[in-house]
Amino acid sequence: MSAGSTAVAERPTAEGDGDVVLRAVDIAKTYGVTRALKGVNFEVRRGKVTVLFGENGAGKSTLMKILSGVEQPSAGHLLLDGEPTTLGSTTDAVAKGISIIHQELNLCANLSVRDNIFIGRELRTRLGGIDYGREREITEQLMRRLEEPILASTLVQDLRVGQQQIIEIARALAADTRILIMDEPTSALSASEVEVLFKVIRDLTANGVAIVYISHHLEEAIEIADYAVVFRDGDLVATAEAADIDLSWVVRQMVGREADYDFRDEPREYGDVALSIQDVTVAELDTGRVAVDTLSLEVRQGEIVCLYGLMGAGRTELMEALAGRDPLSGGRVLLDGVDLDGHSIAERIELGLGLVPEDRQRDGLVQMMSVGANLSLPSLLSTVKRLFIGRRAERENVAREISDVRVKTSGPAALITSLSGGNQQKVVIGKMLLTDPKVLLLDEPTRGIDVGAKGEIFSLLFREARRGLAVLYVTSEVGEALTASHRILVMSKGRIVREFDPRTCTRDDVMAASGEHDTTPIAPAGPIAPAGPIAPARQTAPGRSDERADTQTDGAHP
Amino acid sequence: MSTTTATPAPAGTGPGAAPATPARSFNLNAVLIEGRALIALVIIVAIFAVLSDNYLTTGNLTTITKQVAFNAIVALGMLMVILNGGIDLSVGSTVGLTAAVAGNLFRGLDLPLSQAIMFPPVWVIVILSVAVGMLVGYLNGLLIAKLNLAPFIVTLGMLYVARGLTQVLLNGQNITNELSGQPYLGNTGFFDVFASRPLGLPISAWVMIILAVVFSLLLTRTPFGRWLYATGSNERAAQLSGVPVKRVQTRIYVISGFCAGVVGILQMANISSSTADLGQFYELNAIAAVVIGGAALSGGRGSVRGTIIGAFVIGFLANGLVIVGVSPFWQQVITGAVIILAVAVDQIQQIIQRRRGARRAVVNARAAGTGSQPPASTPA
Repeated sequence: MSAGSTAVAERPTAEGDGDVVLRAVDIAKTYGVTRALKGVNFEVRRGKVTVLFGENGAGKSTLMKILSGVEQPSAGHLLLDGEPTTLGSTTDAVAKGISIIHQELNLCANLSVRDNIFIGRELRTRLGGIDYGREREITEQLMRRLEEPILASTLVQDLRVGQQQIIEIARALAADTRILIMDEPTSALSASEVEVLFKVIRDLTANGVAIVYISHHLEEAIEIADYAVVFRDGDLVATAEAADIDLSWVVRQMVGREADYDFRDEPREYGDVALSIQDVTVAELDTGRVAVDTLSLEVRQGEIVCLYGLMGAGRTELMEALAGRDPLSGGRVLLDGVDLDGHSIAERIELGLGLVPEDRQRDGLVQMMSVGANLSLPSLLSTVKRLFIGRRAERENVAREISDVRVKTSGPAALITSLSGGNQQKVVIGKMLLTDPKVLLLDEPTRGIDVGAKGEIFSLLFREARRGLAVLYVTSEVGEALTASHRILVMSKGRIVREFDPRTCTRDDVMAASGEHDTTPIAPAGPIAPAGPIAPARQTAPGRSDERADTQTDGAHP
Repeated sequence: MSTTTATPAPAGTGPGAAPATPARSFNLNAVLIEGRALIALVIIVAIFAVLSDNYLTTGNLTTITKQVAFNAIVALGMLMVILNGGIDLSVGSTVGLTAAVAGNLFRGLDLPLSQAIMFPPVWVIVILSVAVGMLVGYLNGLLIAKLNLAPFIVTLGMLYVARGLTQVLLNGQNITNELSGQPYLGNTGFFDVFASRPLGLPISAWVMIILAVVFSLLLTRTPFGRWLYATGSNERAAQLSGVPVKRVQTRIYVISGFCAGVVGILQMANISSSTADLGQFYELNAIAAVVIGGAALSGGRGSVRGTIIGAFVIGFLANGLVIVGVSPFWQQVITGAVIILAVAVDQIQQIIQRRRGARRAVVNARAAGTGSQPPASTPA
């Protein structure tokens, strides 16, 4: 591996926006015999945002790894400011002005903002100690530039996720970054935090920084893009200026065909009330913050209800309380008329309530186990005969479920970690379906998985609903709420503020009700906009009794 | 007498990582990786057999097996705890405590408020002593599961508590117990049973074999075993899948205490006395056996078969070093080095395996005709 000592001492500063700063020429990468990248030509322009689109495994992350010095290309080369260059390591790349911000933030929560920004690159005093004074000064400058009123001495663990992201950006800026790669930067941000982030991005590009941006959140990515680049199967299949494209173009290029991603279902006669949540309040154990505030809702057999809301609206807290992990502070939950109070998680599963948790890796999968063992874990007791697991019954269940939810795997013995994100999610859903649930709760079931798998998961839910399953799922993507539900409930600040019929409402209706405003024009960063009184819900689904649409009336929509 | 070396593989099914599905095809490579500890064992035996004529004698093998059995039984309990991601440092002291309790019961109980001394029957003594071990384990489990205390700290504290209680019970002395009992006291039979050698094997070896079979079935064939692997790998996910994680956690410490209690009885029978330092450092030997047997200290990976082999590796090594006359100081150095070596080799093999897995995924992808799938587990 070459030392990467190409001379890039003089940084061109007088160049205009749009000049190519980094060019990838015929970059190919093979792992063994798999061609992850098949000779890609790719440009990064000064002061512009280049967005990479593509499904999981299309080659985006491989290209990112090459651009950030994590991996070396098998063929082809990189031109930095027109000069051939090699990026031997991430340190090498950073030294040449290329930084990457990963989806999982790379911060030390127990250290201060200042320490995090200079970690590994500490400024020294003449005696060899750390020059805290100068570090603090620079940190404060950066915070002013990013318009985040964060003190240099604040511990990172005390910051919100969005602010932590800003710290990552500050760190990249402190390293004099000219090309900033952002991998899924908005996956954990609320809409207002996304706005702040986009403003920062605009600011950076105005100062000549080139941004490479990856996101599964297509609408957002289109909004921030100057150039769009689409990958499919290791090839770069399309490049376009953002002005010329729209969502359907991106999806078409990504999947190579028109996406049939519309599950609008005619209203049917639903069954009896399967899940009835009555005045439920959930307070966080640590802080006492009321996350869910006297919330009531009902889901009927065969109905798919979408709970739309921003991060921090209390959605996950509600889901976990329903599943039995956290106690209710008030109210009650009835499953088929049975009060769930005092029932353990296992008993709730037994009664027919299953949760597909938000964080697949942390809460959904047992990483050291096989696909089969993961699938059978919640339903294991049903196969037990005389103390022992009925191995035949278990094998049959697992095989049936693998084909039923269409998990792509080499077999039940394959390690769960060998599957793609979408297939892992199908396992998490499949293992709950094996418990024969009456009500299935899903918390962000499509997070971080590609368009194809999303479609499969929703068609799966609709199929199960037609068989009588009641589904309550949480999402923060309006598109999902509109196309894949029978009823939309908008949640904000622990309450349900509005109910919509997905066939008659618009994207703006839903977003506005959640307290999120249309982010198309970059509004000045400000406090989270309160939910405002919007046009009344157009339709109420049949059989609803306890709607709380009129509870949130404080504040005005800006 | 060569049967002794063949004992460690009872009901040896179920690899820890993927308990759901038995391997279908024979894979030499997998056998080499799985059998790493076994290979080490064979090498150790071969070396010492060449170096000393006294090594592979019936008498010596019996001695080794008896010693190994004590460590192996404690290690089986430790395996349960380590599979959960915990650790039990109190087992050595628990061995001493149960032996002291059993010894005291043999010498008779001074009943308060009367002049009588009660001599409980042997089976009562055995049950009560083992129950003391289980009680210690239950306390550990309760503190760890209900109060969320760190296993290391709780069991470290219990190590002192149990050792201290042992010394209180023995009044600081080593007490020789009259284990044959007296017919008029009705407590005979203990010595007969524990000194007997069915089929030429010491009773401790039989206990080890029975427990190994039971534990192996428990781990590979029951929901409890599956739950244990699941909680050890990802407790949150297991909990949301309906696994009673707290109950599992409490029970494994009870099991560990049970194993220590059994060894306490067996050791007391073995040396016919209760001493204040009986069982010292057993916890460390047990951890070493579990780790040499391929378990991950972080939990979720490990097997009964590996643990038993690990105990034999330590036993055969220690005995061989004594027989060929290595100084006691160097014995410790060598034993420690072997433990580190075993873990290092394990780690290296896992890295190789992961790379191989990635390559295999590539081949599979090509066979499937897609060619575009990313390698299954490229290290990020």
